[in-house]
Amino acid sequence: MSPELVNLIIQATGETLYMVSVAALVATLVGLPLGVFLATSRKGELFAAPKANATLGVVVNATRSTPFIILVVAIIPFTRLIAGTSIGSSAAIVPLTVAAMPFIARLAEGAIREVDGGLIETASSFGASPLQIVFKVLIPEALPGLLLALTLAVVSLLGYSAMVGAVGGGGLGDLGIRYGYQRFMPEMMLAVVVVLIVLVQAVQTVGDYLARRVNRRLRHL
Amino acid sequence: MNAHQSLAVAAPIGRAEPLELAPTMAEPMVRFEALSKVYPAYRDKPSVHALQDIDFSIARAAITGVIGRSGAGKSSLVRLINGLEKPTTGRVIVDGRDISALSGQPLRLAQRAIGMIFQHFNLLSSRTAAANIALPLEIAGWSRADIKARVSELLELVGIADKHDRYPSELSGGQKQRIGIARALATRPDVLLSDEATSALDPQTTRAILDLLANINRELGVTIILITHEMSVVRQLAKDVVVIDGGRIVERGHVADIFTHPRHPTTQNFLAEALGDAVPVSLASRLDSQPVPNGRAVIRIHVRGTDTGDTVVARLARELAIDVALLSARIDEIGGQQVGSLILGIPGGEAAWRQVLFYLAQHDFAAERLGYVA
Repeated sequence: MSPELVNLIIQATGETLYMVSVAALVATLVGLPLGVFLATSRKGELFAAPKANATLGVVVNATRSTPFIILVVAIIPFTRLIAGTSIGSSAAIVPLTVAAMPFIARLAEGAIREVDGGLIETASSFGASPLQIVFKVLIPEALPGLLLALTLAVVSLLGYSAMVGAVGGGGLGDLGIRYGYQRFMPEMMLAVVVVLIVLVQAVQTVGDYLARRVNRRLRHL
Repeated sequence: MNAHQSLAVAAPIGRAEPLELAPTMAEPMVRFEALSKVYPAYRDKPSVHALQDIDFSIARAAITGVIGRSGAGKSSLVRLINGLEKPTTGRVIVDGRDISALSGQPLRLAQRAIGMIFQHFNLLSSRTAAANIALPLEIAGWSRADIKARVSELLELVGIADKHDRYPSELSGGQKQRIGIARALATRPDVLLSDEATSALDPQTTRAILDLLANINRELGVTIILITHEMSVVRQLAKDVVVIDGGRIVERGHVADIFTHPRHPTTQNFLAEALGDAVPVSLASRLDSQPVPNGRAVIRIHVRGTDTGDTVVARLARELAIDVALLSARIDEIGGQQVGSLILGIPGGEAAWRQVLFYLAQHDFAAERLGYVA
């Protein structure tokens, strides 16, 4: 493989990492609180707001059921508003983030709901405020599950990032389509696939390791 | 089988008045005033009257047992005391404050004066023993240095100073409950609520935990409210007992009085289980309601009080010259008094057991005829 092609791969990998990491970061900052809210706002719960819970649930489901490639195109005006342009890696971060937010929110909700309700009751009986319960009980207790959820979200983002080539987002997927498929360069396709596999493996391994490290529940089983 | 036909005997000596708890100090620690709790109908479930006509006080610095079967309303009672639920009518006064009228930050401050321990310990798996104990202190906004000192003190108090850095998953049930107790006491509460705290523990560990609670009550003067379905727990620890059934208080008083003279059937059932008043299965299957030729009358003597039951059998046999058969016996010491029952077989027909009965009545023992065996 020529040095130019190797450079292309390195550049595309950099773009992918840039898009995925920024999107994952922003989506976590929004999705995690959203997930906490979804997990604590049903009737009789900590921040009981059944109407808001139901409404958010519908929005989350709607976003999640829209195919990503459609979402990318459908929110171009929004992307332009945020990023100033609808083309390029930075612009691609917008749809990636929009898609990852509800995904992370749902996974976080699941992880938070796994926490034993007795612990919420316990902290309440000690006079803990709802926010103290979230930060001192729910998030620390759900941490292993939350880390696995984030790992899954990052892996999914790696997959999604391949599609943003459609709006000139660049990255590994774009490289694979344009060189590997359209110019019929199987070695390029192979290289892209290998890099993606390595990235996914790395993310999953790190995620699993961190989740195991913070999990004190099964330590001695 | 009319085996429980009572025989007319003299009223038991020293019957106590179980309807009023003697206050140890002027102001009770917890006072329920005309309280009821109704959970409204929800979807296809009808409304539930969890508690009705609850009107009683819990003495300061004492250990009070609240006993009832599951579904009797014990959990609702606990949640009303620590303000996790509001009464439908009436009030709950804790240490002179109407906790049922508080909400938000004032409620949270009041809750910090009430410690609680749980059946399943409810420790955070993500925190070490020390960090679990620190939780209520962090919630109350203590400084880091104060927390550190207080946690060491508490670990020492509950006897697990060496488990400082252990996670709950590395500890036994008894050790976990010790952490639970230390955590509950962290903010120096005036009241400790124990919600079935020993129900998940083996008998030996239960004993150790109950001893620890007794020490805490004695040395720190903390009022302890024991919620349980086990009479043995109440017996070992409590001074006063409240029996609830179907959301109502059916009986209350000093443990020694209630145990010696239970009035309500629910209390009697609890006692029968705890004391072995129940007729052994093999004997019950052989019991006949009609006299059996050349058989024995089976009678049960209730031993309630300081008088010892063992000598009465010997005296009875000697003075009446009757070969009394001891069929079953169980005697425990409760609050310094002997409590239990003896089941005897009396040969010699109607005349003999009437004589026995008369003898027992003379000596102030309550007895009943259960039936006859061959």
